[in-house]
Amino acid sequence: MTALAALIRRDIRIALRVGGGALIGMLFFLSVIVLMPFALGPDLPLLARLGPAILWLGALLASLLTLDRLFTADHEDGSLDLIAMSRTPLELSCAAKALAHWLAAGVPLIVATPVLGLLLNLDLTATAAVALTLLVGTPALTFTGMIGAALAVTLHRGGLLLAVLVLPLSVPILIFGVAASEAAITGPLSFGAPFSILCAVSLISLVIGPFAAAASLRQGLD
Amino acid sequence: MTLTELANPTKFLALTARVLPWLIAATAALLLIGLYQSLTAPDDYQQGATVKIMFIHVPNAWLSMFVWAVMSAAALGTLVWRHPLADVAAKAAAPIGAAFTFCALVTGSLWGRPMWGTYWEWDARLTSVLILFLMYLGLIALWRAVEDPSRAARAAAVLTLVGAINLPIIKFSVDWWNTLHQPASVMRLGGSTLDRAYLVPLLVMAVAFTLLFLTLHLAAMRNEILRRRVRALQMMQANAFSGEVGTGSREENASNPRFGAA
Repeated sequence: MTALAALIRRDIRIALRVGGGALIGMLFFLSVIVLMPFALGPDLPLLARLGPAILWLGALLASLLTLDRLFTADHEDGSLDLIAMSRTPLELSCAAKALAHWLAAGVPLIVATPVLGLLLNLDLTATAAVALTLLVGTPALTFTGMIGAALAVTLHRGGLLLAVLVLPLSVPILIFGVAASEAAITGPLSFGAPFSILCAVSLISLVIGPFAAAASLRQGLD
Repeated sequence: MTLTELANPTKFLALTARVLPWLIAATAALLLIGLYQSLTAPDDYQQGATVKIMFIHVPNAWLSMFVWAVMSAAALGTLVWRHPLADVAAKAAAPIGAAFTFCALVTGSLWGRPMWGTYWEWDARLTSVLILFLMYLGLIALWRAVEDPSRAARAAAVLTLVGAINLPIIKFSVDWWNTLHQPASVMRLGGSTLDRAYLVPLLVMAVAFTLLFLTLHLAAMRNEILRRRVRALQMMQANAFSGEVGTGSREENASNPRFGAA
């Protein structure tokens, strides 16, 4: 088994085992979605109109919460240093960790979306549109968030700073994700245009994220 | 003096000590000229006198992006060439850029109220500049979060370069999206569409603001260099103190008048 595959397997196992990012993220997603009707009132048509935005915001906040775990646990027990010193390039290791993180923490969010769509009175088209945009957008959230996680890994109280750094970078993903969902539900505007841009943003983050994260890790670890 | 010669902080301090008074004088002169020209410019047929907010708002907006570009160049200097003063330049520029962005947002908001009827609008240009402001604040937070300035420099350099992608988005946002903010009328293909009576004061104010940034930046760099020297001296003193305390016994140190004994 290659080093990267082993790294992915290890990360997924840790995330699924130690009360780690996987289920906590989904629980937080559920909590945020449940809180919204309490704040907005039980007005079902209003919730249906705001549904895609609420789901996207919940997914964004949930992935922000679990990003902390991406590097800090490894940094604390020293395995991050071993990963940085190994023969595989640090960029690929970062990409592998981000992929594992998305599989463990991002995919449960997408799986939870249909159930939460029911809570928000979303119909089938809306739920499918939101799930599809989340499927394409959550990797982007993970990979751009990885940049902030790498910057904050060596700080003691880096959690909140991580959120502050990552949020401006996640705004385009949020904008296009919600725009694509809305276009699929209501629009005369096409679904394809914002969805394609969302895919493009995702692909760009797949490339830039690992390079920026590796550069930050190298500066932070030495 | 080349950039490599200026890498010596002492030489840099000497050079800026000589140059700074002239820069301050030039900035003040240009600001006065620009303000005078702005105040005597004719009223717009539609907007009246409120169009003159443009002479403050637009230079601030241009500078907010220019400062991030300067910080990106400094970030490259830190990461690629390891220039010693590049991180000093980047750290000094961040609060100044944040201030310019804030002023651009506030003056734009005050201009929007009479023009558009609202203090704020979530269109592409305003949103992307607000994101730029948040990124400035995040960058300043990152600078302050790491204790050692040179390590903070490298982390901040990466964040600066990642954030530089926002600059073309801001510039072209009014072309790509249907926005309330007006499209580009000065820096566009085919030349400016602004009348000369407005273009001249605007350009004078833009140059004045750029000189203002240069002055503030050099002054802030001087302060940062001196601050780092103070920090190094404090650490040397702390090292010396702990070295002396650590080697002697408690009674010895208690009776030593240097450490506050009677």
